[in-house]
Amino acid sequence: MAERKIVDGRGSFCPGPLMELIAALKTVEVGDELEVLSTDKGSANDIPEWVNKVGHEYLSTREENGVWYIVVRRKK
Amino acid sequence: MSASKICVVVVSGSLERLQMAAMVASVAAVSEHEVLVFLSMNALPHFVKGAAAAAPAEGEMGRLMAEKKAPPFKMLFEQAAALGSARIYPCSMAMDVLGVDKAALEDYLEEATGLTRFLDLASGGQVWTF
Repeated sequence: MAERKIVDGRGSFCPGPLMELIAALKTVEVGDELEVLSTDKGSANDIPEWVNKVGHEYLSTREENGVWYIVVRRKK
Repeated sequence: MSASKICVVVVSGSLERLQMAAMVASVAAVSEHEVLVFLSMNALPHFVKGAAAAAPAEGEMGRLMAEKKAPPFKMLFEQAAALGSARIYPCSMAMDVLGVDKAALEDYLEEATGLTRFLDLASGGQVWTF
């Protein structure tokens, strides 16, 4: 079963959470999932755009108490 | 697939401009663009190792960014080179004026580059100036 790793970008601003996601993607296997935690709404919009652009898989976004949880899967 | 070549020319030493330049360079570099950065004039002293002076804010946004947790512009430039494939060139003229050599600059910068070479490298690309 694919692993899911948490990337805690809370408290940072654009493009901090995105850059943390990209660094984390290099440390996981193809097929693994990453869940980015962000308090920056701009990043919650930007991360799915980036994921789709470069060919990974965007799975979901939910918001809870001012924190966005964005789940993506490494595809390559 | 390389989307396009993006050339970021940074001459300002202000926090807002350095931050915006770093954001463009880092996001472009991790989005499969070819990214070239040219650092000159008041931007270059910030890339001398151990540079003490913080980049001054031009206005409210710069002050707010300094108070809050915006990623430091130097970290973003370093990530642009490490996570993407940005190449960051220090201007040879600015290095001569400052009296510094490559060893005095941050390690992620490329060799000293003059305008003739940079213009050649930048040929055909978009140019973003800060």
